[in-house]
Amino acid sequence: MTTPNTAPEAVGTGMDLLRFATAGSVDDGKSTLIGRLLYDSKAIFEDQLEAVEAVSEGRGYEYTDLALLTDGLRSEREQGITIDVAYRYFATPKRKFIIADTPGHVQYTRNMVTGASTADLGLVLVDARKGLSEQSRRHAVLLSLLRVPHLVLAVNKMDLVDYDEATFTRIHAEFTAFATKLNIPDLTMIPISALKGDNVVSRSENMPWYEGPSLMHHLENVHVASDRDLVSARLPVQYVIRPKSDDFHDFRGYAGQIAGGVMKPGDEVIVLPSGFTSKISSIELFDREIAEAFPPMSVTVRLTDDIDVSRGDMIARVNNAPKPSQDIDAMVCWMTNKPLRQGQKLAVKHTTRTARALVKDIQYRLDINTLHRDSDVGELALNEIGRVRLRTTAPLLCDPYARNRTTGSFILVDEVTGVTVGAGMINDVA
Amino acid sequence: MTTMQMEYRLSQLDQLEAESIHIFREVAAEFEKPVLMCSGGKDSIVMLRLAEKAFYPAKLPFPILQVDTGFDFPEVLEARDRWVARLGARLVVASVDEAIRRGIVVDDGRTSRNRLQIGTLLNAIEENGFTAAFGGGRRDEEKARAKERIYSHRDEFGQWDPKNQRPELWNLYNGRIRPGEHMRIFPLSNWTELDVWHYIARERIDIPTIYYAHDRNVIARDGMLLSASHAVQPRDGEKIERRRVRFRTVGDMTLTGCVESDADNVEKIIEEISVARVTERGATRGDDRFSEAAMEDRKKEGYF
Repeated sequence: MTTPNTAPEAVGTGMDLLRFATAGSVDDGKSTLIGRLLYDSKAIFEDQLEAVEAVSEGRGYEYTDLALLTDGLRSEREQGITIDVAYRYFATPKRKFIIADTPGHVQYTRNMVTGASTADLGLVLVDARKGLSEQSRRHAVLLSLLRVPHLVLAVNKMDLVDYDEATFTRIHAEFTAFATKLNIPDLTMIPISALKGDNVVSRSENMPWYEGPSLMHHLENVHVASDRDLVSARLPVQYVIRPKSDDFHDFRGYAGQIAGGVMKPGDEVIVLPSGFTSKISSIELFDREIAEAFPPMSVTVRLTDDIDVSRGDMIARVNNAPKPSQDIDAMVCWMTNKPLRQGQKLAVKHTTRTARALVKDIQYRLDINTLHRDSDVGELALNEIGRVRLRTTAPLLCDPYARNRTTGSFILVDEVTGVTVGAGMINDVA
Repeated sequence: MTTMQMEYRLSQLDQLEAESIHIFREVAAEFEKPVLMCSGGKDSIVMLRLAEKAFYPAKLPFPILQVDTGFDFPEVLEARDRWVARLGARLVVASVDEAIRRGIVVDDGRTSRNRLQIGTLLNAIEENGFTAAFGGGRRDEEKARAKERIYSHRDEFGQWDPKNQRPELWNLYNGRIRPGEHMRIFPLSNWTELDVWHYIARERIDIPTIYYAHDRNVIARDGMLLSASHAVQPRDGEKIERRRVRFRTVGDMTLTGCVESDADNVEKIIEEISVARVTERGATRGDDRFSEAAMEDRKKEGYF
């Protein structure tokens, strides 16, 4: 927020952060691409590379299999597929990157949804030889459903089609047509070879016909700061800080992470669900007061009036507040073997608020391959997505997911096993 | 760079800090009896700093737990004590020696202290009834950790089941546990080694002096430089040498090696790490070297 310090010790502190999710079929070369991004940005160390080289050699490969860098768990290495979301880190002088690496395998929609939930950008890989597969379409649908604002379609293995422009143009046109049915505010398509490094970090000399950025250049420069809702101020109260010490005898602060908008001292605010109004007296970040707070800052807000505020409440602006509702209409991704059924009772966690929820009905199931809506479905099975109506025991203080991914999302938890069984994105509040 | 202000952009360190503070507050609000596991190493001290910020001006709403291996570096224990005093926190020490005396773990003379820590730690969690334990693990440390959740569920035997993890979406953490189970919480999951050092520099965080270059008597063994002490004596053919070194990680003295270095302040360390070509664990941790899946196996058993 101040002028970035260019002294050597500040390198790395003025950078921002991009979280992206990758998706691709088992053979699309995703692990190789990630391996290359890590390797070329020097996030791979010698001991890691040596281990991978040794394994590659042992298996008789002609080249170092960079995919081995990312296949983390022993069971995965044995099966040769990625079974769960893995997080990887690398940085360039411009940005730090967090990759949510999700498996492309058919039955793992749940992992893709999980990885995409926190992503600013989605990276979908297709094999240039095969063109758009059912899976690449499905990945784009999921990223769109999760409202990941930026999508990159990387057309991989261009080396195997002799860097043919027509092949790329055909896939480009096909995907452009498909994407019109989705919510993708920003779409970029890049021809690459993860194995040979074409258009990964630097522009490829093998594809002079391609005039766009390399993948790394795009990841470094894509504009994400304005993706969050900065209009509607939202602070879900997480924790009430009351020191009860001599120095801070009357201190009462409402701690939480700003979920939307910009808050300033002096703002007239309303506390939901009680409806009490007050004014922000100060916003604190540890031991200093700050002039404004915006997402995703974790702050402590103090109010001028001594009103009753507790965890699960929401602080918003008087003239722009979410409407408390017990009737929730949402898209739900079901994540467990036992299907979701009408009449089922679950725990719901939305922002910092937990309630119980009754499944009123399942309106339709969304076929993520065709976008067809199957009504008349009695249940949602593992990895299925459908539109569901819930009745909650306490009002939720929510916004449509399309407007705010934080106040528009919730998880469903099985009350007996304690396991997270569903992820919800709110369509509308009744 | 006035645009930065207009765009309401947070630097990556501020974003990481905000995320970690959110996690601390969430756990304090939802768990009956959390505890912060502190080895006295840089990562756990960064956790203490974040927890301090999360609850300021109140004190930490949970105690600090340290597993005393009996082979800890005195400089590390000193740093721990300075932090406990600064925060006015309650310290719970679980001693491996005492666990051996009580028969909770068995010292057969071949098992490392690192391994004996597991039983000692699990026993301390059980005896104190802790329901959530913060750990300083980072996902960039090791391949098995890359797949671990921020809230990592442990069954009644303290075990981690990598194939049966709960999905973790948005910033909505599921803290439900059944009696006897507990949750390991990793607020630094998304931090890298370099992030931790940048944060130590920015916040001027007090860490054990052994992270900075100093002269020390060392023994070269298995490609590592171990500190000569009561815990590590020269074997046949080995000799004690005086070298200028620093530690990249701190564990128990029998397993934690140091590297030759002149980096005697945090800026020099950042410079050194920025060009380092070997991971911090690969360089200096004997415990991760035994097999390709060493960390995965220890985690399943209940390691941090």
